[in-house]
Amino acid sequence: MTTDTITAPESPAGGEPPRSVHEPEANARRRRRKSQLVSAVLLGAMALAAAPLVIILWQVTVQAADALGPTLGGIWSFLTEVEPLSYRERGGGYAHGIFGTLYMTGLAAVMSIPLGIAAAIYLVDQGRGLFAKTVRLFTDVMTGVPSIFVGLAVYAILVTGLRFGTFVGAVALSIIMLPIIVRTAEEMLHLVPPDLRAASAGLGARQWQTTFKVVLPAAGPGLITGSMLAVARAAGETAPLILTAFGARTIVTAFQGGNGQADVGILMTDGMSQPFEEGIERAWAGGLMLVVIVLSLTVIARLINQRSQIDT
Amino acid sequence: MSAPTDTPPSSPGGLRGNGRGRWGDPVFRWVTLLAGASVLVILGVMMGRTSWASLPVFQSEGVWGFLTGDLWSTGQSRSEVTGDYGALPFIYGTIKVSIIAIVIAVPMAVAIALFINEVAPAWLRKPLAYLTDTLAMVPSIVIAIVAVFWFIPNVTDPIARFLVDTPLGWLPLFEGPAQRLSYWSAGLMLSIMILPIITAVTRETFAKTPADEKNAAYAMGATRWEVMRGVILPRGFPGLVGGTMLGVGRALGETIVVAFTVGSSQRMDSSVFFGGDTITAVIFNTYATASPEAIWGLLALGVTLFVMTTIVNVLARLIVMRSGRVAGDAAV
Repeated sequence: MTTDTITAPESPAGGEPPRSVHEPEANARRRRRKSQLVSAVLLGAMALAAAPLVIILWQVTVQAADALGPTLGGIWSFLTEVEPLSYRERGGGYAHGIFGTLYMTGLAAVMSIPLGIAAAIYLVDQGRGLFAKTVRLFTDVMTGVPSIFVGLAVYAILVTGLRFGTFVGAVALSIIMLPIIVRTAEEMLHLVPPDLRAASAGLGARQWQTTFKVVLPAAGPGLITGSMLAVARAAGETAPLILTAFGARTIVTAFQGGNGQADVGILMTDGMSQPFEEGIERAWAGGLMLVVIVLSLTVIARLINQRSQIDT
Repeated sequence: MSAPTDTPPSSPGGLRGNGRGRWGDPVFRWVTLLAGASVLVILGVMMGRTSWASLPVFQSEGVWGFLTGDLWSTGQSRSEVTGDYGALPFIYGTIKVSIIAIVIAVPMAVAIALFINEVAPAWLRKPLAYLTDTLAMVPSIVIAIVAVFWFIPNVTDPIARFLVDTPLGWLPLFEGPAQRLSYWSAGLMLSIMILPIITAVTRETFAKTPADEKNAAYAMGATRWEVMRGVILPRGFPGLVGGTMLGVGRALGETIVVAFTVGSSQRMDSSVFFGGDTITAVIFNTYATASPEAIWGLLALGVTLFVMTTIVNVLARLIVMRSGRVAGDAAV
């Protein structure tokens, strides 16, 4: 009965006509086997796609461990010492780069997190009409702006007057962080139940009171998550900093000294471009540092978000 | 601040409004509106300032001349344009490398999206999605160092050598000799970097296929593959197009990995195994030693890149927006 319906009326021009009474059976088997084959191929693709991540993490860990052992004198000295004047010398570390990266990323976070969350509040609470749509579209578009262009633009806007340094680098990073924060914050604010807002309004709270005392605390974990993801992204950036922070050979504490600020990514760029084994080894160790910073921030952010469980 | 006289004293619980709060809402509204507008202002200022700064180059070459000229020979001047600025080799390389990356990444992304959504057991779906998103979080400089010291000697170079020696090597596209740093090396590394974003968008649009339609197809006796091909792929096609374009946007703008792997050569040959250069790579590699005049040229390249990526991104976002917003980390 049902076997007929599978083949007879459904096979148009391309399908083969049934060849025997047993054909429907065999046909079903062939189709099932094909489906299983495709599933296997898809599994293979998944494995192939996971391979680069595994290889990257494995290489960075192994190479950095090799370098940190005998040549660089261990993790502690890598974290606390500055690179020797010559790339050919052994030992030393990226203390200046780590300091600069944290300094600039922190400064960028201070600049862009409040701005980004405020923009998200605008989009969620007030944003109606064409203007809000435009803002939303260009926030999305801004996430795709090449980071090197951000570097060029900040160079053209600020470096020509202020020269290279911490603040200018931080501005570039904050421009990269901003759209990520707006986007994730907007999503989190949308998840706050409308009943909560209504309850607050019903008690006579003003709009800003509702936002600050009810909505933001409720969305808190999500906002932290989004901000941490943005910070992680910025901490790993190098391209815009080449044009704005430029790099330095010592620890720079100046807010905007004019002579540049060091950064792990820039030091890695220098180190791995050298023909000297020692510079390359320091670059590997720096790579491990960045991976640990970025991935641990990402994982912590996700754990916070899972704990909060306002998401669907 | 003392309360104005016409308001009654605060009632128990302090919920009664007072004069202080009267200005709260309008101020609050204006502050958030300005914050929202800041996104547009920042984009506008970046675009305006870079265009203004690169104006001398566009004036001396002409916009069309700049885009189609194939000689890039920077001058040493501080105040006028003396060199030749033709961006074609870099535009050519940028597009070529992006095409290679897309051709590799899109089928992979579709396969992964289908695997995660349809084949993998339910408990494995979230971890697998996180796994692909995590790849997007690895800093480019880290991918670059692994690319230079591991992927090129162990993966891209052997594949290139193999292809050159097969009959395919007779095609202009796969002409030898295979260079280590080439469009191919950069394109393959780029495909790894854009895979997460295409996967994230594709996966989410595939997941939005109505369950009823899938169940109907299963009830008719369709196999898993038939459901994918007949129901999910047609349904998810707009999302796939949008995701691919987001991937193109990312590929056009990726800098460090390409700068280290593309080979810095301005020769425009058909083969993917020759060295080339991209807009981002030339900015990254020549910036530190550029004369003021050459910096204008680099800024002009930056403006070109910005216009290219913005057009692609606006189109992509419009397509993706139609099928709803996408939440994966990689898509941010």
